[in-house]
Amino acid sequence: MKQQLESIQKEALKKLETITDIRELEDFRVAYLGKKGELTSILKGMGALPPEERPLIGQLANEVRNALEAGIAATRDRLIRAAREEKIRQETLDVTMPGRARKLGRKHPITIVLDEIKDIFLGMGYEIAEGPEVELDYYNFEALNIPKNHPARDTQDTFYITEEVLLRTHTSPVQIRYMKSHKPPIRIICPGRVYRSDTVDATHSPIFHQVEGLVVDRGITMGDLIGTLEVFAKGIFGEDTKIRLRPHHFNFTEPSAEVDVSCWGCGGTGCRICKGEGWVEILGAGMVHPNVLREGGVDPDVYSGFAFGLGIDRIAMGKFGIDDMRLLFENDIRFLRQF
Amino acid sequence: MKAPLNWLKDFVDINVGIKEYVNAMTMSGSKVEGVEDMGEGIEKVVVGKILEMEPHPNADRLKVCKVDAGSEVVQVVTGAPNVRTGDLIPLALVGAKLPGGEIKASRLRGVESYGMMCSMEELNLTRDYLPDAPEDGVYVFAEDIKLGADIREALHLDKVIEFEITSNRPDCLSIYGLARESSVALGVPLKKPEIRVKEEGSGNAGDYVSIEIENPELCPRYSARIVTDIKVGPSPYWMQHRLAAAGMRPINNIVDITNYVMLELGQPMHAFDFSCITGSKIIVRTAREGEVIKTLDGQERKLDTNMLVIADAERPVGVAGVMGGENSEITDNTKVLLLESANFNGASIRVTSKKLGIRSEASLRFEKGLDPELTVKALDRCAELIELLGAGRVVRGIVDCNMTKKRQDTIKLDVDRINALLGTDLPAEKMIAIFRALEFEVDPDTMLMKIPSFRSDIENIADLSEEVARFYDYNNIKPSLLSGKESMRGKRSYKQRMEDAIRNTMCACGMNEAYTFSFTSPKVFDNINLPQDHPLRRTVVISNPLGEDYSIMRTTTLPDMLRVLAINYSRKVETARLFELSYVYHPVDGKELPDQKSVLTLGMYGEGCDFYELKGVVEELMAAMGIADYEFKPEKEDPSFHPGRTASLIIGTPDSKSQKAGVLGEVHPEVAEKTECPERTYAAMFDVSLLIDASTLARKFKPLPKFPAVPRDIAVVVRDEVYVADLIKAISKAAGDILEDVSLFDVYKGSQVPEGMKSTAFALTFRSPDRTLKDEEVNKAMERILKSLEHQFGARLR
Repeated sequence: MKQQLESIQKEALKKLETITDIRELEDFRVAYLGKKGELTSILKGMGALPPEERPLIGQLANEVRNALEAGIAATRDRLIRAAREEKIRQETLDVTMPGRARKLGRKHPITIVLDEIKDIFLGMGYEIAEGPEVELDYYNFEALNIPKNHPARDTQDTFYITEEVLLRTHTSPVQIRYMKSHKPPIRIICPGRVYRSDTVDATHSPIFHQVEGLVVDRGITMGDLIGTLEVFAKGIFGEDTKIRLRPHHFNFTEPSAEVDVSCWGCGGTGCRICKGEGWVEILGAGMVHPNVLREGGVDPDVYSGFAFGLGIDRIAMGKFGIDDMRLLFENDIRFLRQF
Repeated sequence: MKAPLNWLKDFVDINVGIKEYVNAMTMSGSKVEGVEDMGEGIEKVVVGKILEMEPHPNADRLKVCKVDAGSEVVQVVTGAPNVRTGDLIPLALVGAKLPGGEIKASRLRGVESYGMMCSMEELNLTRDYLPDAPEDGVYVFAEDIKLGADIREALHLDKVIEFEITSNRPDCLSIYGLARESSVALGVPLKKPEIRVKEEGSGNAGDYVSIEIENPELCPRYSARIVTDIKVGPSPYWMQHRLAAAGMRPINNIVDITNYVMLELGQPMHAFDFSCITGSKIIVRTAREGEVIKTLDGQERKLDTNMLVIADAERPVGVAGVMGGENSEITDNTKVLLLESANFNGASIRVTSKKLGIRSEASLRFEKGLDPELTVKALDRCAELIELLGAGRVVRGIVDCNMTKKRQDTIKLDVDRINALLGTDLPAEKMIAIFRALEFEVDPDTMLMKIPSFRSDIENIADLSEEVARFYDYNNIKPSLLSGKESMRGKRSYKQRMEDAIRNTMCACGMNEAYTFSFTSPKVFDNINLPQDHPLRRTVVISNPLGEDYSIMRTTTLPDMLRVLAINYSRKVETARLFELSYVYHPVDGKELPDQKSVLTLGMYGEGCDFYELKGVVEELMAAMGIADYEFKPEKEDPSFHPGRTASLIIGTPDSKSQKAGVLGEVHPEVAEKTECPERTYAAMFDVSLLIDASTLARKFKPLPKFPAVPRDIAVVVRDEVYVADLIKAISKAAGDILEDVSLFDVYKGSQVPEGMKSTAFALTFRSPDRTLKDEEVNKAMERILKSLEHQFGARLR
């Protein structure tokens, strides 16, 4: 009987190795361990053994049962793992196929650039001020030290509604409006839409967007202006960006400057974008003219300030490499979805 | 302002390379726009003289010439029809470079040719530069020129530097003024050549003419000279070439001299034929009512009484500072001339020149306000040149009517304030040196400075700071960041935060942001079916628009959104979903400025786009803005929209407090057709300030439910025209507090329900925050709901 048990164990364990599916395994279990199973029937025959052999054989029979049960459990594990692996193998995807399209919309490139500019100045303690686009000649010109019939008006071809009302040619009138309603210290940027009588082509638009900056406080210096513009330029065009100020003339600032940034295309060595100059002009700036401070109700003997104005559209075109300004206002979906 | 380099060198030694010079000028405020090298690409071209000319043995049209090139005599074959023996011509020697290519020795029909005689075009020049060049053929020098001279020198082919001159520096609209800037920028002295006039004419200028200024505020100074024995003819090459290089066409010696002086000193001049000045009298006055003058360009000009004219005893002979009159023009017969050198009020000249549509070199200078001290100097320079060129005999003396008011001419050099404004620490000596170089007279004890008369732009300490800064170099100022100033909190206003929320929500809902023009055509109202008397047709009108299409400020954004959709549709873009956050402009009675209102515009067509898609976007927006108190009502009156597929958004309850915040729906089929949009186009417009007023950033947490929900469905059959919103309201009211949510999940019309009826199915969720609901409670609520629907809408349970 002992031999019988041992040969059952040996045979059964060998059989287990060949089992390949779960139903077969169940049949196997029934065949050996079921009520009518092989091992069970052997155990039933134990009564015929001499009493002294019974414990020995009983122990052996239990060992065989345990061995078979362990074998079945292991085989089940093996089968489940194999089945899972097979499933995994079968359901493999082509991950190079395109993703399912999401339908998120996009912000306009001008908004994107404006948001970046806002973030830079908000971080430096500026507020955002606004003013009307249909504006009085007084705010747009006269209060900015550009009297009627001044030749400086030539540089800003103006759309007029009446003799006294016009479409603002720059965001600078917001400077005056803000100074008249707020006391220094003042730190604002004023983004907005401006109008000049230019016909539409690849580099001109009669409508474009500016951001004006104005800081008024005691002891503001031209060094403060330069430091601020550096922070701005690095924030928009990257940490390696350098700025260069060239003397210029604006009626509402003195000293005045045109400000170039090192070319984003070539980093300053000269390329098509900067026409070989290494620099690209992006904004006008200066120390607020005493007459302008006075017009805003600020005493120029006590306070000083700086102001700057930049064109957002041009910066967006530079940043994104847009070569035709008209694209900004055409709103072709295939254009808008690139940003 | 175009400045030929050699002309500048008359007044300042420019001993640095052109690149360095350009940089020094740009960085000190005289921005260089470009440099044109007229002699670029021309080498080994010399002045040659034709010694002999023989017919070509094998060609009728060619000639074989012996040409003296100074150092050698060469044989040249030419086909030029205009050359003769003895002519001086530009000769390109073998190995010469021309813009058109290199010259090589060649054999023309069997005869050797060692060079080429050049035409104007081959030298890359124009008739403005060489007015005497023949139409066809080789250029022949009219003046005697040294044989073998380099053509670049013989024709004065110079480097021409174009400067951008800002409106505050009329003194730099002159070679001398730019030379002055150059001398400071380069740190070399300015040469001040002495002007010498011989005055060999007979008599005194004052015997010839008297001058009277009627309007000294418009003409503070008028100075004149008389020149007799005028010989009108061409001016010499050097003068013609300088004028042409600076952009002025040479005309004759007299006109050329006045132009030359204007370019050199910045003072516009005018020459009258003195025989045409009736009564030997110049009167500077405003034009009389109805006066007319024919200007030099042959145009008849009607004058008004604000325009300043130069008149003789009887009539105007010139429009002051703008253009002379044809009636007193210099002709070949002119014997005596009156040279005018005057100072006019800039604004007055500007208004007149704009009204007449004449922007001349003279008016462009006068309108910026010139130095009144310049009139006499310019007259003297003119006289000197006339004598130099032998163009006439200058009569002794200047008739000078000077009514100039004394203006501020001293200013204190406050070194500390300049340093404080610039953020620098420059010593007084350095500043004094800069101002002295700029021809300010500085008293180092009082630090008072005398402002030169040509610097009327200098008025205050800020102006002085700029002078210091630009020669110190702006880029040497140390950057700082508001050091020592009070720190401030940067922030967006509530409105700005809400606008950001609107943009973010729109993008999250798949809408792409558009930017369109704020002015438009008055015709757009017809396209969107607005009746003729509609209030939106009252607009702000631009008086000088770029064209009718851009002539009014928009009062509605719908046409622009439809145009953008139509553009995309025409380009076969299958689906377009767009929004724009922008302004409309409504005129307000009794106010100068219009009401500028912020509008949110939505537009869509294509895949997945229908009314409910659009409405879903709007509902999402309401949630993002924290607006809970709103409803949609059918909108049948808006002429731009489909009357059965449009809603208005009503914000606020009760009705007495509610406001219409906008409209959303399918674009009226007729409007879609007129605007070339697809048939199913959807659009919406909202008044952003109303939305923002109703919005809130406050959010209050509601605890998550602890007790189970009881879901129930109900489907009822009602008449077609019953609104689902009304059914939902009735359900909510009848159910009471325990109804947590009700949502529509099906609408059915068809064979299962009678004609004119629809089945509407709702999913209801009942829940109590403090207990588990019992079936009976929910059953009772369902009974109340059904009863209410039956009662109010005649609904039947399906």
